[in-house]
Amino acid sequence: MESWRKNPVVFWLLNLPPAFWLFVFFLVPLGIVWVISFGEKRGVIDIEITWTLANYVRAVEPLYLEIFWKSIVMAGIATLACLIVGYPVAFAIAFAPERLKAILLIAVVLPFWINALIRTYALIAVFRSRGSINFGLEWLWEQANALLGLVGLGELALLGEKFVPVPLLYNNTAVTLGIVYAFFPFMVLPLYANIEKIDRSYIEASLDLGAGQWRTFFSVIFPLTWHGVLSGVIIVFVPALGAFFIPDLLGGTDSQLIGNVIERQFKSANDWPFGGALSFLLMYLTFGALALRAAVSGRKQGLEA
Amino acid sequence: MAEGQPIIRIREVTKRFGQTVTAVDDVSLDIREGEFFALLGPSGCGKTTLLRMIAGFETPSEGQILIDGQDMSKVPPNRRPINMVFQSYAVFPHMTVADNVGYGLKVTNVPKAEIRERAEEALELVKLGGLGGRKPDQLSGGQRQRVALARALVKRPKVLLLDEPLSALDAKLREAMQLELVRLQHAVGITFVIVTHDQNEALSMANRVAVMEHGRVRQLAPPSELYEFPNCRFVADFIGKMNLFEGRVAGISGEEVLVEVKGLGRFSLPGEGEASGEVGIAVRPEKVRLRREKPDEDMVAVHGKVSEVAYYGGSSFVYVTDETGRTISVNLQNEARTAEPGVTIGDELWCAWKPRDSLLLST
Ligand SMILES: Nc1ncnc2c1ncn2[C@@H]1O[C@H](COP(=O)(O)OP(=O)(O)OP(=O)(O)O)[C@@H](O)[C@H]1O
Ligand SMILES: [Mg+2]
Repeated sequence: MESWRKNPVVFWLLNLPPAFWLFVFFLVPLGIVWVISFGEKRGVIDIEITWTLANYVRAVEPLYLEIFWKSIVMAGIATLACLIVGYPVAFAIAFAPERLKAILLIAVVLPFWINALIRTYALIAVFRSRGSINFGLEWLWEQANALLGLVGLGELALLGEKFVPVPLLYNNTAVTLGIVYAFFPFMVLPLYANIEKIDRSYIEASLDLGAGQWRTFFSVIFPLTWHGVLSGVIIVFVPALGAFFIPDLLGGTDSQLIGNVIERQFKSANDWPFGGALSFLLMYLTFGALALRAAVSGRKQGLEA
Repeated sequence: MAEGQPIIRIREVTKRFGQTVTAVDDVSLDIREGEFFALLGPSGCGKTTLLRMIAGFETPSEGQILIDGQDMSKVPPNRRPINMVFQSYAVFPHMTVADNVGYGLKVTNVPKAEIRERAEEALELVKLGGLGGRKPDQLSGGQRQRVALARALVKRPKVLLLDEPLSALDAKLREAMQLELVRLQHAVGITFVIVTHDQNEALSMANRVAVMEHGRVRQLAPPSELYEFPNCRFVADFIGKMNLFEGRVAGISGEEVLVEVKGLGRFSLPGEGEASGEVGIAVRPEKVRLRREKPDEDMVAVHGKVSEVAYYGGSSFVYVTDETGRTISVNLQNEARTAEPGVTIGDELWCAWKPRDSLLLST
């Protein structure tokens, strides 16, 4: 930074385009939505800015608060699932032989090369009644039945007359799985970067001092990768909170998240002021999460310093 | 102290990495209870690898390691009665000093009160009493190293392994810590095995030193024996300064070997009877005297010109180049207090030493 300041021409040349971009395509629209959130709908496209708080009052009605809460819970569960599955994956990659490492990392980020919408549709093909999982289960059911038939129990129809597909799609579980699937790499990458960085001698020192593998993991490895965990959690939680097309595609009627509600205000309901108010509430929530992260990691740092 | 039973026995241990690297090559040695043992050798000679095999972080490709009579091949690092001080210290950054020191006790379910007591005691031992509440990044390098020491000692291991424990410290602190380590070892009576590539460190601290080269132990002996009676050119050259001449055996009579060295003439020196053909003749710089006149016949002598003088305070090294272009280094004690140099570059004089002060090296 210091040296950049000494060379203002280069500094401005390099920073002006991104600054301009951010201003025109991010700050200005954000400002517009913020202003609109204090407006009133007059006609189909007319919005009058009256600086009313009515939209915010409506946004904190129990109906919407409930959806906010549900979004937080679902994003939280999905984040936790990402962490629980992602940590061992990141750990395995960090400790894999050098050549395998690159391949595994590519495998983790490979889904990014495909549009998120298409990936979500692909999940439908996996989860639906006549999808891959149910076909697999049906095959298992047939095999089990055949086996029962072989031992002479076929007549009893122990496993039911007919295979009944498991309803995997259009419920909250499907939405959670969809979110986990979509944001999984965001969890693995920061974790991997952190685990990779640990000096191996810490691990060896712990073993040397008599700690077993599990003890070493929970007392040394996990605390030393705490920053990676925090980063991963935030990077997954924040977009998961605002997810809208995943619940749209994979969710049932009761799987509406706050993202869907907001999307509807801007589209079918055509109520931009209310949509704006909801958006900003969501953004304040996100800020809250970020502030919490900063506070937690700041406290850790404070202890270490 | 150094007369104890073997506590670590290394039997024909070889360690290979992949197809091509043989880091440790057929090493057999015993480390005795209560001794201060040093593994000394140039970079890459396999010292760390040997130490890590003792600690259990590497498994020998061949051979066997016994600690206290027990075969260690199936024993994981956390079950071995030894502890290690890592080169990087590996003091856990997320724990306080006291928690670091207590860690090894906590994981083996020692009661809390005892942990606190023993941790405090160990910190006292390494002169860090009262710093238990600090975090590692509030400590200096030397203090961190003491934390690593205390953390290992608090476990009361049978053997303490130290991998280049002083290499990250500055010269002054390193010297102080050398004394400190010897004091500690006397105080706790635990066997210390230290890895170092610094010969001064090994010679000044250890009871016995194993000198390694290319994965093999070239000589295992107490420091004075290593210095005065190196058994091969490598050790002679690696330990201290040495003048080395190429010569050949001209005859053998009993315990004496008659050698002939170009420019030095013929002389007898003590040696094994089996020496023959080309041999090396070595003499330490401090055994060589400088004479203005031709010395007596019973001295080995060579005439030359002073090509350089290096002043080190307590002593000086004088480099004398003879007619054949060989350079002989001579160590002079600066006994009298004077700013006048005794010899100056260009002086013509004689280097001389007693035949029995030189050493016959057949390999
Ligand atoms: N994990 C490994 N894989 C492959 N080769 C290794 C490995 N560890 C050590 N080596 C090789 O084995 C040899 C001995 O290494 P080692 O670390 O024991 O040397 P050292 O004597 O401790 O050297 P230094 O004084 O530099 O620490 C070296 O050639 C090194 O490159
Ligand atoms: Mg080493």
